[in-house]
Amino acid sequence: MDRIKEISSELNETKQWPSFSSGDTITVTYKIKEGNKERLQSFQGTVIQRRSSGSNETFTIRKMSGGTGVERIFPLASPFLEKIVVNKEGAVRRSRLFYLRERTGKSARIKEKKTFSKK
Amino acid sequence: MAGIIGKKIGMTSVYSAEGKNLPCTIIEAGPCVVTQIKTQEKDGYESIQLGFEDKKEKNTPKAMLGHFAKAKTSPKRKIVEFHGINDVNLGDSVTVDQFQEGEFVDVVGTSKGKGFQGVVKRHGFGGVGQATHGQHNRMRAPGSIGAASYPARVFKGMKMGGRTGGDRVKSINLQVLKVISDKNIIIVKGSVPGSKGSYLIVEK
Repeated sequence: MDRIKEISSELNETKQWPSFSSGDTITVTYKIKEGNKERLQSFQGTVIQRRSSGSNETFTIRKMSGGTGVERIFPLASPFLEKIVVNKEGAVRRSRLFYLRERTGKSARIKEKKTFSKK
Repeated sequence: MAGIIGKKIGMTSVYSAEGKNLPCTIIEAGPCVVTQIKTQEKDGYESIQLGFEDKKEKNTPKAMLGHFAKAKTSPKRKIVEFHGINDVNLGDSVTVDQFQEGEFVDVVGTSKGKGFQGVVKRHGFGGVGQATHGQHNRMRAPGSIGAASYPARVFKGMKMGGRTGGDRVKSINLQVLKVISDKNIIIVKGSVPGSKGSYLIVEK
């Protein structure tokens, strides 16, 4: 198993992304191919899970778009990922936030993590 | 049919230049040692015998020790004959460098044993399809296996249940995605027969 991980990480070099976890609000900018043209599109939402490890790692972001929930799964090693910006760090108590799927509006909010600077 | 002996490490995926995520198998192949050169004059046909992976001397019969001593190498676990490898001498090593990225290879291995299986898994029979119309427990049964008083027997080779898997299987035309020569590794697109750690023959 370790040899598979070692070689697959060698095959798929993951770029350096900022650290983020479930509950954070992030903006992902990714490339879209239309015919021969390439353009950038961004997707902003809440990270509801990060799964797997190494070159297979993916994350799921959820956002509300016109009253319906939209989820997108991105592989972290995907060559189409252009940029990841962490907008807000959320204070959550679990790593999989699937309960957000049943909630809308006020109850679907996530508290912002309070960060204290060390003196 | 030049080639090399290898070992299946496992499967992973790799992104192609177009951004497609391709399934691939990691094979650790070689370095193999030429343990015998068979010639037309002596053996009646021409071939090269390769050995792969060391084994302990105490686990090797004396006769085989003598065979390996001729090639001046340590005892090898897996020995396979290849045709079409030219310009090698006894004791030379054969590595993955003979493969180029993008070329197509065949991979031979022993498929995973499945035990005694019915005709649906073993021969791809359709099964009955539904549980109603009096099927009770006949959903995966083979059905009729022949006619009645003529021929009054079941034809040889009739497809029935039985031991499945564990056969020699060749996967043909697998594309070589990458060759990592310092680690003796070939990455081929798609799957190859057998379990992890089983021996494979990679043929050109």
